[in-house]
This record gives sequence, C-alpha cells and structure tokens, in this order.
Amino acid sequence: MASTYRTCPVSGLQFENHAEKLMRWNAVAGVLWLLVGGITALLVILTRWPAIKLLPADQFYLILTAHGIDMLILWILFFEMAVLYFASSTLLRCRLAAPRIAWLGFWLMAIGGIVTNIAIFQGESSVMFTSYVPMQAAPHFYLGIILVAVGALLGVAVFFGTLVVAKRDRTYQGSLPLVTFGALTAAIIATFTILAGAGILLPTFLWSVGLIKEIDAQLYRMVWWGLGHSSQQINVAAHVSVWYLTAAVIFGAKPLSEKVSRFAFLLYILFLQLASAHHLLSDPGMSAEWKVLNTSYFMYFAVMASMIHGFTVPGAIEAAQRRKGYTNGLFEWLRKAPWGNPVFSGMFISLVSFGFLGGISGVVLGTEQINMLMHNTFYVPGHFHTTVVTGTTLAFMAITYLLVPVLFQRQMILPKLCQIQPYLFGISMSVLGLVMMGAGTLGVSRRHWDMAFSGAPFQYEWPGAAYLMMGFTGIFGVLAVIGGGLWILLVVGSLLFGKKLDGGKVSTRPTPIPDQSQAASAVAHGSEHVGVPGTVVLALLLFVCFVLYYFVNWKYLSEVWLLS
Amino acid sequence: MSAILPPSNRLWWKQPIDKVEWAWIAIAFVWGMVMFAMMVYWHVYGNQNLSNEAYKTTPELFAAKAEKFIAENTIRTETEQAIPVVKVPAGGDGYLIARLWAWYPILELEKGQTYKIHLSSMDYNHGFSLQPVNINIQVIPGYEHVVRMTPTKEGTYAIVCNEYCGIGHHSMLGRIYVK
Ligand code: HEM
Ligand SMILES: [Cu+2]
Ligand SMILES: [Cu+2]
Repeated sequence: MASTYRTCPVSGLQFENHAEKLMRWNAVAGVLWLLVGGITALLVILTRWPAIKLLPADQFYLILTAHGIDMLILWILFFEMAVLYFASSTLLRCRLAAPRIAWLGFWLMAIGGIVTNIAIFQGESSVMFTSYVPMQAAPHFYLGIILVAVGALLGVAVFFGTLVVAKRDRTYQGSLPLVTFGALTAAIIATFTILAGAGILLPTFLWSVGLIKEIDAQLYRMVWWGLGHSSQQINVAAHVSVWYLTAAVIFGAKPLSEKVSRFAFLLYILFLQLASAHHLLSDPGMSAEWKVLNTSYFMYFAVMASMIHGFTVPGAIEAAQRRKGYTNGLFEWLRKAPWGNPVFSGMFISLVSFGFLGGISGVVLGTEQINMLMHNTFYVPGHFHTTVVTGTTLAFMAITYLLVPVLFQRQMILPKLCQIQPYLFGISMSVLGLVMMGAGTLGVSRRHWDMAFSGAPFQYEWPGAAYLMMGFTGIFGVLAVIGGGLWILLVVGSLLFGKKLDGGKVSTRPTPIPDQSQAASAVAHGSEHVGVPGTVVLALLLFVCFVLYYFVNWKYLSEVWLLS
Repeated sequence: MSAILPPSNRLWWKQPIDKVEWAWIAIAFVWGMVMFAMMVYWHVYGNQNLSNEAYKTTPELFAAKAEKFIAENTIRTETEQAIPVVKVPAGGDGYLIARLWAWYPILELEKGQTYKIHLSSMDYNHGFSLQPVNINIQVIPGYEHVVRMTPTKEGTYAIVCNEYCGIGHHSMLGRIYVK
C-alpha cells in the first residue's frame, strides 16, 4: 500500500499511515501489558504487606515473575517501539522503511510475550525475570523471550532504515533533531543489548531442552546483566528523549546547547554497556579491580551524562519560560508552568523523581563496597521503581496525554482526573520507592515471601521499623496501583469513548521540514542567551543531597563487621 | 528551533558552551572522580572490603571439605534437626554450605577474631544476608568464596537467604553465634 501523510491540525506533526498504525498498535499492546503487570503488582504488594500476606508462596513467586517480565520487558519495549517510530518517521516526516518487517517484529514480540506468559502461568517457570541458572524454567519461557528480542531487533532495524530513508529523500536538512538523536542512541544500545541477550538466552534455551549440559552460574550472571543492565540504558535514553520532546512541545524549549546534550547521549552509548558490573559487586567470581574499574570510570561517565540531561532539560524549560517573560525571582518560570497539564506535570515529576531518588540511590547502590549493605535487599527494587517506573513509565504515561489526541485523534475524557493522575501515580510511586529503600536499609530481602520465616529451624525478628516500612510499602503500593489503573482507564476510555477529533489533511506526498537555518536567521536575534539561575539552584540542591547521602552510606558501612 | 526539529544552527557543534553548563559538567566530572577515588581509598584504608579470594569448585568437593571441618570442630548440636554448632578455630577457616533450604552448619565465632569463612552453594544461587548487621554476599554454585570476617559485637545473628531459591526460600534461615 502506498504511503499517505496526515498533518495533525493541532500539533502540525505529520504521520505516515504505516508508521501511524504501527505506533497505535504498539502503544496499545504496551498498555495491555501494563494492565497485566498492574494486576500482578497489586497481588505482589498485597502479599509483601505483612498485615495482609495475600498469596501463598508458590503463587507469589509465579506472580512476581510475571510482574517483572510483563512490566520491565513487555510494557516498556512495546511502548519504546512506538517511540522509535515516532522519533523517526513522524519527526523526520518521511515514510517508514519496510513496514512489513515492522509488523513481523510486532507479531514476534506479541507472540513471544504470550508464550512466555503461558510458561509462567503454567507454573513451571517461577524463576524471576533474571532466570539465574541452574534454576530452570520450561523451554518455552526462554523461547518466548527470544522471540520478543528478535521482534524488537526487527523494529530497531526498521528505525535505522527509516533514518536512511529520510536522509535519502531529503525530508530534513542539517542534523537530526535532538529527540531523534536520543532515540538513535537508544536504538544503538538496544542492538548491542539484544545481541548480548542472544548470547545468553540461546544457550539457556538449549540447556533447558537438554542440548547443553551445563552453564556456569557466574558466567550466566555476567552475560545476563549485559542484557539486563544495558536494557535499562535504552529506557533512560528513551525517557530522556521523551523529556526533551515534552519540553519542546509544551514550551517550545530548545536545548541549551545541542552540543552538550548530544555529547551526553553519546556518553550513554560509550559507557553504559560496561556498567553491567554493578550487578555483580557482591559476587565471588570477579576481582575487585574489575569491579572498581567497571563501576567507576565507565559508570561515572554515564552518571555524568544523566547529570547533564538533568540540568539541560529543566534549563531548556527555564530559558523558554524566561523568554516568555516569566523572569521574576528564581522560580517564577516554574511556578507559572502548566501544572494542570498532565503532559507537563508527569514529565516534571518523572524528572525530579528519577534524579533525586533513582539517580542518587543507583549510584550509591553501585559503589563497590557499599553494595554489600544493599545487595538483594528490598532497597534494590526500591531503587529501580524510581528509575524505570517514576522515570520511564511516568514519562511514557505523560506523553500519552499528548499522543491520544494527536495520534489516535481522540480527546481525553474526564480532564479533571487526567490532571490528578500524574500526581497520584508519581508521588505515591516515589514514596513507595523511598519506603522500599528504607526497608532494604534495614535488611529486608527482596523476592521474599515471609518476613516471619515460617518453617525455618530458627527465629529472626526484624526490627519494628522494618515492619513499619513494609506497612507503608503496602499503603503506597496500593495507591500507586490505583494511580496506574486510573491512567489505563483514562487512556482506554478515551480511545473508546473520547470525542473524535479532526485528523487533518491527508496527502500522498510528505511535506518536508522547512530549512531551520533560514527560519532561524529571521528570529535569531530574538532568542539571545538567557541565564538559568533557577535550574542552577535545583542542580546544586541535587548535588548536595547526593554528596550527603553518599557519605552517610560510607559511615554505615564503617560500622559493620570488618571484612577483607 | 526546538528539540524536535533539526538544529537551527547548522554548525551547532561550533556554538560555544555556556559557562554555567561547563561548570555543571566540571562538577559532575570531579564528583565522579571523587567517587572513584573513594572506592580505591577504601580498599587501602577501609575495613570493609569484599574478599577477592575465590576458587572454582564443585558441590561434592566443597561438601567434603565442609564435612571434614564439621567433624573436627563440632561442639554441640541444636534444634530438633540436630544441626551441628561448629566452633571455628580463632583465626582459622570455617565452612558454610548454602543449599535448599538451609545454611549449614551453625557457626560459633569470637568477637575481635578474624576468620576465613568459605561460602558455596550446593545447588542454586543463594544470598548470604547477615542480620541485623546487614552484610549481603551472593553465593554461587561452583564457586568457593573465601571471605575474611571479624565480628565486632557479641550476639546471635541470623543468616537470611536473600537470593530467590525456590519455594522454600523464605525458610532458609541460618545462625551465627558470636561469643
Ligand atoms: C503499579 C505499581 C507497582 C507496584 C505497587 C509495584 C510493586 C513491586 C514490588 C513490591 C516489587 C518487589 C517484590 C519483591 O521483591 O518481593 C516489585 C518488583 C518489580 N517491579 Fe514493580 N511495582 C509496580 C509497577 C512496576 C512497573 C511499572 C515496572 C516496570 C516498568 C515494575 C517492574 C518491576 C520489576 C522488574 C520487579 C522485580 C521483579 C523481580 O524481583 O524479579 N513494577 N514491584
Ligand atoms: Cu537460598
Ligand atoms: Cu533463597
């Protein structure tokens, strides 16, 4: 079928018909996985809440395995596919390369996801999403994940192909837009990641059907985290791109410096691959030198990149707001931001929560010696619920408030509820992350069904504060599930019942992006340099929290038994 | 004009970087170096570093060494399962087996003495989580990890398993006495 191009009358964005349909299907599939993941989240949290302890042990581990897979892999990956197609075909106003391959990728991912879920719910594959050998799942558990990975790789290939198409058809001039550049980094990291994944999942699949006798347990952990960690970098690159996208759409914000922001994305590619070491800091099989090298130099360059984005995104917003005249004091630009617009509020909560909670806790957790205080405790899921949930998931939720009218041509229903949803979800999830980290600091284990150790030969009584933290975990977890459920309800409700919007003109040829350098020279002098003092204050606040919390943990460490 | 359009300045890489941005990049860089230096510093001057000493092993080999250690050093048994309580010789080697779903045996240590505790798993991954001290170490089958520990306080300590190891994971609780 030939390509047609629709220009959205509200946003001016131009959608090619194949890309548009793929984005819709991928986004909807993502939302459905989020729904399954959300139901499992509720069951997990109601079981870990000591006062309720809903499920029996076997069902708890089954459901927790499903929660990890359906959320971390399926929800996120499907939505990211939509982001990739948007950042290529839509932002570059060109046709999508090889839509058939993109559909093949979609169906492979969908079937793979279903196959893995069947394996999990049959009950023989409660191995958690990390599936550490030698604990073995049913062969189709691994097979499904492999299908998902192959499908995702096809989607990534279509993204690359689309960039080539845009270049060849000259639909834009000069360099890629920053958001597309960010998506490109995500796609490059994804390629490496999926190859590492193939390197471990294929042998593991063969082992599960008996063709390979043994897989070294330490080697598995190392290669698996080459997949598991790097895929989190895809998420970071993707949600940072979404932050820039939001800032551009809501404020017309332009990057403070293209050079700095692109350089920061580049650092992700160069250094995040190597950071998988921080999952192995308390493992026996690696030397301290290897751990220090891989977690310091390499990881800190990636941390630096995130700190740069954490500065330039709000900085770009501040500069745009100040140009509009919100120049009073340090924070008028922020006070006068559209807090009632869920696209903005969600994005901003995502930024703050990811930086202050996810970022700081991640670096502390990733410090070689300090890791021993937290490894495999509840601190770990606490940390990543403030990265992949309040960071990535919330950013994706926020941008959806924009996509529903623009991409699906439906008005969001119940605007009042749309307004409060990012606050409900973002704040309760941030608090959930914090209290999980609190429980972990007191030693409480992750992936653990019973704080009372029923059936054990001895007793161990956790401190009362640990039970208190776990109680809070229950309360804020339920609130977070309500916040997430509300989002699904609003989105699905709007897709079904929202007022239909005008789709705009359809044409058979793409309208290229006007040459920006000409457009710019006309207004160049209106956009002189503006300072961003408010952002500086926020960044320094982050830095102070970071330093204090980092050294507090060294203090804790110095108080435990001596180890050498 | 904005992040969703090509940079308006074709030669964006020639645009100077603002002082404030430079300063922030410098702060981030220096802070990264400080954190790097902290880890190295702690290896030299700190007292809590995870041992580098590890060997490839097999469950059979490790179990044999542990059984020998238990046979030679048991001082009593405890609980209905008659779990041996083994006094680790001061400054000597102690063995701790992780298996579905127990830490075996019970170790007895003395405050202020340094012990070489050998950790390994007979089956799946397990997690050595010493409570309420809160030291957490991954235990992996096929690897014997020799960790030097010096208890600093007397008391009865629990070893929680904090790596998921199957349906009995929550009942995998061990014990260490420090006299
Ligand atoms: C909607 C509210 C959510 C709640 C209340 C929730 C709650 C939890 C809890 C309590 C755990 C730890 C269980 C344990 O270790 O015993 C957990 C694990 C996890 N969650 Fe969530 N979660 C939510 C959403 C999400 C989302 C959106 C994602 C991903 C995008 C996610 C990804 C994960 C992963 C990967 C794990 C680790 C599973 C494992 O240990 O194998 N969660 N969740
Ligand atoms: Cu265990
Ligand atoms: Cu366990």
